[in-house]
Amino acid sequence: MSRLTSAPAAAGTAAAGATPSPGPAPRRPRLALPLRLSRKHAELTLLLAPAVALFVLFVLLPICIAAYYGLFNWSGYGPLSDFTGVHNYRLVLSDPVFRGSLLHNVIIAVLSLLVQLPISIALALLLNRPMRGGTFLRLAVFAPYVLSEATTAVLWLLILQPGGFVDQVMRAAGLGGLIHPWLADPSIVLYTLFAVVTWKYIGFGIILLLAGLQGIPAELREAAAIDGASAWQTTRRITLPLLGPTIRIWAFLSIIGSLQLFDIVWIMTIGGPANASSTMVTYMIQNGFRSLEFGYGSAVAVILFVVSFVFALLYQRFALRRDTAGALTGAVG
Amino acid sequence: MSAAPVTAGPGAAGPSVPARAVRPRRARAVVPLSYLAALAILAITLVPLLFIVIGGFRTTAQLNAAPAGLPHPWVLHNYQSILASATFWQNLANSAVIAAIATGLAVGLGAMAAFALARYSFRGREGWYTLFAIGLLFPANVASLPIYLLLKQAGMLDSLLGVALPEAAFALPFTIVILRPFMRAIPGELQDAAMVDGATRLRFFVRILLPLSRPALMTVSVLAFVTSWNAYLLPFLVFTSQSKFTLPLGVATFQSTYSQDTAAIFAFTALSMLPALGFFLLAQRRIVGGLSGLAGSIKG
Repeated sequence: MSRLTSAPAAAGTAAAGATPSPGPAPRRPRLALPLRLSRKHAELTLLLAPAVALFVLFVLLPICIAAYYGLFNWSGYGPLSDFTGVHNYRLVLSDPVFRGSLLHNVIIAVLSLLVQLPISIALALLLNRPMRGGTFLRLAVFAPYVLSEATTAVLWLLILQPGGFVDQVMRAAGLGGLIHPWLADPSIVLYTLFAVVTWKYIGFGIILLLAGLQGIPAELREAAAIDGASAWQTTRRITLPLLGPTIRIWAFLSIIGSLQLFDIVWIMTIGGPANASSTMVTYMIQNGFRSLEFGYGSAVAVILFVVSFVFALLYQRFALRRDTAGALTGAVG
Repeated sequence: MSAAPVTAGPGAAGPSVPARAVRPRRARAVVPLSYLAALAILAITLVPLLFIVIGGFRTTAQLNAAPAGLPHPWVLHNYQSILASATFWQNLANSAVIAAIATGLAVGLGAMAAFALARYSFRGREGWYTLFAIGLLFPANVASLPIYLLLKQAGMLDSLLGVALPEAAFALPFTIVILRPFMRAIPGELQDAAMVDGATRLRFFVRILLPLSRPALMTVSVLAFVTSWNAYLLPFLVFTSQSKFTLPLGVATFQSTYSQDTAAIFAFTALSMLPALGFFLLAQRRIVGGLSGLAGSIKG
């Protein structure tokens, strides 16, 4: 609630706060004023400077210098002498492997929306009704989310080993004919990885949607029920539309996550076999860090950054704008 | 819940009408169906975890012979040797130190900045806030290679601080975005009263505002800690000596180094899951609340 009112209030106080510098505010004691102003100035510096310094140094500066490094052919040692202009950038964008990686990121993002979202909504609706063991169920569903991606990757490597747990269970269930080399077959490796990503992140979507469901007044559903709406109609016409903002923010986080997918892929396949599961970040690490082509890697980083930043801004502008103004919608959109 | 009254009405009206008689049967079917779904969820999430934990009690020969079997006999050796090795504890300690530094810095500096942005009025305030908020759109993985190059130039490779500082910096945006509205919502009368009593603004911040902000501070601390604890890519780039490895890096390295000793990998992986799962059980309200709150503050 406070957030709703904060934006106009902020504008007001900011305008008011801007006045002291040209002319002294009449209500304050005249002698103390310069002292007070400089004191306020010192306090602000003390409070803000450390965070700003840390933020600028490690968040803003790296991407700026990467944009510069990207203009050079540079192995990371010695001076930047071999200036090649936008050559690296052009090379990255025309590399079929990079394009393939971008495509893989997009496939994962689209699959997340098509597969994870319906499952998350269904499970959130299920978990939202009171049932025995509901708390435990909620905990269990969320458990994979708190594991690190690295641990998740090793866990699934062990489970998916050829002739391993999954294969044995499938054989026992009479599905032996469907067994594949899950991580070695180029035509299915991406989908295997998507399944692992889904296992890990589905709990996050469910928790988010549950929080959203809790924000929908029960009276609305009850009123619809009294008017004779079926459970399905109530869900379809009342619950889902009211979940809209939550779904949109989930989609945003999910897509941003898909675009920077790395840990699980790197540990399970290193982007292979034959780049069949490479993502943009594995491409960056493989072709920039591993092969000591830091100029090239920097160019990849900058392109990646632009891709995700432009997506984020467009999404804020067009998808989130209709929701109430928040930190980003208020500031950026 | 709401399904029951809706379907019970027409059902009671006339079981003789076939079209209506279908409904109560479906209503009754919903409950077992939801338990069936619940059971499936439990199986899908928990069986992989249990498989790893139980697998750690088997020998590599047992695991190879029947991957999905139960231990026969139960072997403690894998867990014992991991717990007796320095590697696991070293990784754990490194993760803890880095996460503690990153969390302390992010929450400490973030709270100071949030205070300035919440309760001072000055020119450019919203601009500074926007700058931090835009940081939410910077994916940390994408920035990892540039950060690595920066650390390389600064001679900070292979140091715990080299990982902790960037992680703290990347935690600042959500810290400030969560803390500022919280601090702003604390009534101004409290500040006026404190200042009438002769307290300075900074004193008000330390003595009154920070203690009152404890719930929000806990939330951002947990988020920052978990994010750092689970990070893989930056440590992977920055650390070259094994003695600096964090737990995620250690797990992945252990898996690729001892690929012959499958049972040991099971045990190491199982042990590496425990701190995260234990922490989650202790702090689940904060984690869940924090994530929902963060999503809420992005959207509004």
